[in-house]
Amino acid sequence: MAKITYISHGGKETTVDVPDGLTVMEGAIRNSIDGIDADCGGACACATCHVYVDPAWSPKIPAKSEMEDSMLDFAVDLQPTSRLSCQIKVTAALDGMIVRMPKSQH
Amino acid sequence: MSETFVIIGAGQAGCQAAATLRSEHFTGDIVMIGDEAQPPYQRPPLSKKYLMGELAAPRLELRPRKFYDDQNVTLKLATRALSIDTRAHRITLSDGTSQPYTKVLLATGTRARPLAIPGADLTGIFYLRTLADVDQLRPQVAPGKRVVLLGGGFIGLEVAAVAAKLGCAVTVVEMAPRLMGRAVSDVVSKFYLDEHRKAGVTVYLDTASVAIEGANGAATGVKLSTGDTVPADIVLVGIGALPNDELAKAAGIACGNGIMVDEFGCTSDPDVFAAGDCADHPNPFAKGRFRLESVQNAIDQAKYAAKAMMGNKIAYHEVPWFWSDQYDLKLQMAGLAIGYDMTVQRGSTDARSFSVFYLENGRVIAVETVNAIPEYMIGRKLIAAKTHVDPEKLADPGVPIKTLAEG
Repeated sequence: MAKITYISHGGKETTVDVPDGLTVMEGAIRNSIDGIDADCGGACACATCHVYVDPAWSPKIPAKSEMEDSMLDFAVDLQPTSRLSCQIKVTAALDGMIVRMPKSQH
Repeated sequence: MSETFVIIGAGQAGCQAAATLRSEHFTGDIVMIGDEAQPPYQRPPLSKKYLMGELAAPRLELRPRKFYDDQNVTLKLATRALSIDTRAHRITLSDGTSQPYTKVLLATGTRARPLAIPGADLTGIFYLRTLADVDQLRPQVAPGKRVVLLGGGFIGLEVAAVAAKLGCAVTVVEMAPRLMGRAVSDVVSKFYLDEHRKAGVTVYLDTASVAIEGANGAATGVKLSTGDTVPADIVLVGIGALPNDELAKAAGIACGNGIMVDEFGCTSDPDVFAAGDCADHPNPFAKGRFRLESVQNAIDQAKYAAKAMMGNKIAYHEVPWFWSDQYDLKLQMAGLAIGYDMTVQRGSTDARSFSVFYLENGRVIAVETVNAIPEYMIGRKLIAAKTHVDPEKLADPGVPIKTLAEG
């Protein structure tokens, strides 16, 4: 279980408990947090669950796979800490993590 | 008086339509009717991670249960719509009630095409469309079981890959000369044939199943057009899907290859709309009317239809995209290979990372990629932007694919 804070593009903060094993994307969907579309449902096939991981947290999460890296290349408004939230598995180590949503997923 | 929008079908399209109606500030009532017991869930993982046991059922749900309460969407599950009276604006439901509507969206999807050969009613024959289907099938896909898949399309091959991984003895029987013949090029078909054979799957091409043989009411094998019989503990039928358009037909709504809609999602009745797998729609990428069975189309078309229901009519024009996961291979497709005059291969099948681009008058209209995400993503952009590309550069893996999108 980890507390994760999602901050919308407009600045709205929502903090929720996300059980271990789920992804950061699922944490948003399950709590009806807007700003993550996840059209493909987590198959790493659509790049519509793009988030910016808080710079303080960015080094603490497992590195991107080659597949995620390639998909991200084509996300809109890419930043150095951009990730696909469907590829970040939640563990207790992520307790307190903050992610921010981009302006749009499309 | 408050408006009531009824959504018939609680799948990916129906769920998206409800979400879009609310995000577009529709303030009337929304009632969603679904014949399955579960709230809307994702179907793609059913033949992949869910069958493999890597994903539990609750994780398939498209929205949390409280979403429907929070958004004031009334879910009527395990309930069928039996008929629509378009004049009275009422829908008769299987629970004996009658549901009034101002406008209705038909998001009824498809059902598996039934097997029509002798023995099709034996036990041990499965279909894969719903969560309930997979819950029945999954315990049967156990080590040592002989699994015969009728149909070498996405469903059959995804199940073949899972069953092979789980230690089953797997056979695929395909009537056409190649696998996934309706969806991919020869190169991709042949590559997947090799991959499945390497994984120990027996594949018959150009072969029809003529009968299911059985003993004591249970399937024991599949008799082929070659005269051979393949012994089977279970048979999975994956021979395509049929649009659920009977409800619309009975209501006098025009149907062709599914429920016919215009570019905005409206049917021949001005208060009835349709979206998703069931909708026969004008698709610019198909250069005519088409019916798409995909997550992309379910989501995007539902958004357009929901907006049209609110009077905001925008012509549907999204690039189609699809994917299939088999073994460690990610097959991704975008566009529709209709009307092309040239194909270009980039990368080699030996490297297990390659793509096939379809061109028409120098523009990319479709792409298929295997473990080649940059090519897939750039392909989607090239298709949407109708960019002219140099086929020689496209074929040369030495030329970074990104540079081709720059014009």
